[in-house]
Amino acid sequence: MSITRDEVAHLARLSRLALGEDELEHFATQLDVIISAVARVQEVAADDIPPTSHALPLTNVFRPDEIRPSLTPQQALAGAPAAEEDRFRVPRILDEEA
Amino acid sequence: MSTDTVMAYDEALAKFEPVLGLETHIELGTASKMFCGCATTFGAQPNTQVCPVCLAFPGSLPVANRAAIEGIIKIGLALNCTIVEWCRFARKNYFYPDMPKNYQISQYDEPICINGHLDVEVEGRTYRIEIERVHMEEDTGKSLHVGGATGRIQGADYSLVDYNRAGIPLVEIVTKPVEGTDVLAPEVAKAYATELRELVRALGVSDVRMEEGSMRCDVNVSLMPRGAKEWGTRTETKNVNSLRSVERAVRSEIERQAAILDEGGRIHQETRHFSEATGTTTSGRSKEEAQDYRYFPEPDLVPMAPSREWVEEIRASLPELPAARRSRVQGEWGLSDLELRDVVNAGALDLIEETIAAGADAGSARKWWMNELSRHATVQGVELAELPITVEQVARIQALVVSGDLNDKLARQVFEGVLAGEGTPDEVVAARGLKVVSDDGALSAIIDQVIADNADTADKIRSGKVAAAGALVGAVMKASRGQADAARARELILEKLS
Amino acid sequence: MLIKKSAVELGQLIAAGEVSAVEVTQAHLDRIAVVDDRVHAFLHVGSGSALEQAAAVDARRAAGETLGPLAGVPIAHKDVFSTHDMPTTAASRILQGWRPPFDATVTARLRAAGLVILGKTNMDEFAMGSSTENSAYGPTHNPWDLTRIPGGSSGGSSAAVASYEAPLATGTDTGGSIRQPAAVTGLVGMKPTYGGSSRYGLIAFASSLDTPGPFARNVLDAALLHEAFSGHDVMDSTSIDAPVPSVVAAARQADVAGLRVGVVREFSGDGYQPGVLARFHEATELLESLGAKVVEVSCPAFDYALPAYYLIAPSEASSNLARFDAMRYGLRVGDDGSRSAEEVMALTRAEGFGAEVKRRIILGTYALSSGYYDAYYGKAQQVRTLISRDFDAAFEQVDVLVSPTTPTTAFPIGERADNPMAMYLADLCTIPSNMAGNAAISVPCGLADEDGLPVGLQIMAPVLADDRVYRVGAAVEKALEDRWGGPLLGKAPQL
Repeated sequence: MSITRDEVAHLARLSRLALGEDELEHFATQLDVIISAVARVQEVAADDIPPTSHALPLTNVFRPDEIRPSLTPQQALAGAPAAEEDRFRVPRILDEEA
Repeated sequence: MSTDTVMAYDEALAKFEPVLGLETHIELGTASKMFCGCATTFGAQPNTQVCPVCLAFPGSLPVANRAAIEGIIKIGLALNCTIVEWCRFARKNYFYPDMPKNYQISQYDEPICINGHLDVEVEGRTYRIEIERVHMEEDTGKSLHVGGATGRIQGADYSLVDYNRAGIPLVEIVTKPVEGTDVLAPEVAKAYATELRELVRALGVSDVRMEEGSMRCDVNVSLMPRGAKEWGTRTETKNVNSLRSVERAVRSEIERQAAILDEGGRIHQETRHFSEATGTTTSGRSKEEAQDYRYFPEPDLVPMAPSREWVEEIRASLPELPAARRSRVQGEWGLSDLELRDVVNAGALDLIEETIAAGADAGSARKWWMNELSRHATVQGVELAELPITVEQVARIQALVVSGDLNDKLARQVFEGVLAGEGTPDEVVAARGLKVVSDDGALSAIIDQVIADNADTADKIRSGKVAAAGALVGAVMKASRGQADAARARELILEKLS
Repeated sequence: MLIKKSAVELGQLIAAGEVSAVEVTQAHLDRIAVVDDRVHAFLHVGSGSALEQAAAVDARRAAGETLGPLAGVPIAHKDVFSTHDMPTTAASRILQGWRPPFDATVTARLRAAGLVILGKTNMDEFAMGSSTENSAYGPTHNPWDLTRIPGGSSGGSSAAVASYEAPLATGTDTGGSIRQPAAVTGLVGMKPTYGGSSRYGLIAFASSLDTPGPFARNVLDAALLHEAFSGHDVMDSTSIDAPVPSVVAAARQADVAGLRVGVVREFSGDGYQPGVLARFHEATELLESLGAKVVEVSCPAFDYALPAYYLIAPSEASSNLARFDAMRYGLRVGDDGSRSAEEVMALTRAEGFGAEVKRRIILGTYALSSGYYDAYYGKAQQVRTLISRDFDAAFEQVDVLVSPTTPTTAFPIGERADNPMAMYLADLCTIPSNMAGNAAISVPCGLADEDGLPVGLQIMAPVLADDRVYRVGAAVEKALEDRWGGPLLGKAPQL
């Protein structure tokens, strides 16, 4: 096994996916196969090879510090599941973060 | 909420040595946000400075603000950092409702500025604070917690989120661990934050207003037993929002940790929150799982490779920095270390310098701001710069003194008049009829009367005790209700009694 | 019959006033009404707005304006592109009903070119898949055989063009999502150089790989559409600030005399359907007969492209899809007043995302986790470097590389639905060009003997040499259509 059910459960929590027991089992089995397959990248001798994060070697793409029109609050909130006082209404937040 | 036991500060320091670390977030004062064109005005109506990019609407993409990159390079250079030749943005992944993308665009192992330092002075000693890194990132939105008892996050029923602040450019400045501060750890921490604020303000890249959150400090503290080599476990106290609080947070963490360690307890590596009300820190949250931010290079932004030409251009554009300026004015104005510190602490440096530029001499400019005007500011409970008087007006009053139209006593009345809103110095002089009496005729009559009233003293002067003339000058000033030209009065007295 | 005409022809007819844009649009809307309940290419048909756009083109033409070559020509638009006047869902339940307050750059450029957007096409949810079975709104069917997949993720677009519902369509190609659907439906599908077409407003799957591109029934049509929406965009930092290669001229040039063509050795053998390999070999012989010099070229790192892709793409996706959290837009599930934001996020994402999306989010989260990053994501990025180096070395010897576009023809719906690894193999030959960012096209090269289904020839060229693949593709197309007596699509069964 390259990945266990518990690891999948941990990853699901980390990525905010409330998976049921059946789904966890099913994914664990499938991901085990997938991870074994993609682990082939480790066969490649690549000690001195630099990683590529971007397809093309562009650098220094900046925009000028100019103000552009914003949305109106109505536009911003049009697709919101809930809104109040021109703000996005969200369920209670458990913890302070960062 | 449990109250932590604490150990008295002196006892704590007798047993333990503190190691500090400071992480400071500074919002840059660019016109537009870091990755989109939305405005950054503080205090705007909710969700009026938002767009698809800073709301993370599907398909939107970031484009970096050149002025923000220039700003961070300025800060890096001012902190004596190396500006790297190539670096990338990275995504810091974690879920939080006020962070629209659920990742923050930041920098991870490739910060744009590295290895700098900032010298601060505490009680006559210089401490070099080493800077590990200065990196670019973006701010989050702000939540309003509704329901519950206190409007705080705990116990709230729901929250309302305003994303105006989301995406404002944020610079994070991280120190290396600061050792050797000993009992002065709280003061060094405060001095660092103060000096950093002055530095950034001088650069003009942020308004660094801690009360508005445009400068926020996280304070790391750990203790190790005296003589130990290995550092203790540190805590991180977040969002300490005033300079005084930086000092208090360090002090209270030292007192709290010392009590725990002294009883054989362990310090948990955790985030703590500082309370302005109590001056102590409380535990933030105990996560069941350690955070795993899954940093990776931001694929939506291309790497930055600041050319050496660009960096040198920015270096050449830097203004005079606070430390250099202080040593210059100290020399130019002939101040002792103590006098300089008083001027700096009073926030009078700019004012005095500008008053000099408006024509006053250094000594008088400093005298008026540090004595007369400081007294007024204290009485009114405002900063010097907030007094309703301009540097040009201060210079004008001093010019009237130099020309002999006013003496110091009259000048003080002019200051009073200007501060009371009676008009310009000249208007106050005219309206109050404040004018030095140096007309020999009028003065002569007063002197004659004074000599007649003080015959004994006059005799002493006649017999050669010239020093006694001071008493008669005083009497003349009193008789003229301060309007006499004291120097001329003295001359006339000596003439008459020679 | 208007619906059988090419985009070039329709553009000319409209420009000449022989037919109105409204008539052309209506003909295609009629076709959609007749066949789309069987094909299910569209998630949304915007009849009203399409007819309005068409009428506007007619009015401009009547006013004497000179319009572009595609003005008034209808187009099917992949539902991954933001449109301010139509829903944009990326075929996900989590975005059901989402109407963006802005247009994607590609959308805006289609409108500016006078193209008439008929509606939004089905796709694998968030472009994750090779069959369009991963749509939350049901699968799309291959017009060649309605029991088979139309490819994916841009399967709605390929099916729409192959069933004459539209002469043109947009797609996005992250690992082959334009070329593979084009190949299995007998169309031309092009993945431009990465950064050559803007990603702004395109709902991201894997940012460093996603590339918008055209679908058409012939190479010249594809080139015209390519030209219409490509080029630098200041809203996309990864957009290339250089002129669009002259793809239309290249498509008209259509000759390969003296060109050096490399056959990728790694893309043959086990796992390749015999009928696919047979058509591919014929195509290489054809190129030789047209005056090209064909040699075999080895790109050993291509063997690792698939595993590397299935680390990089899910990693980026796990982060890109974090924004779908029930807070600002889209679905919200379980907000009963007692649950926390954290719980509502997790419930919504579990319900709003389909199985493949969840699998890839978990896989990507895993690959980026501390402790695994170097072994998985980091290693995959090194493989990416090696793939680019293989391309660089190959393009020193040859002008273009060729391979089959896919190892097999269209497979039956349901066959690989619960076998992710088998599904992933569909992108075996297309992935390297996404990893290196270079240009690649798929053009039809015949029908496989064993199932009578279309086979695609993939032509790859260096970064920013997009014109070269059009030139070669057009030459192959011309020669084969001469041989077949018309387009391959003419052999498709009537719907």
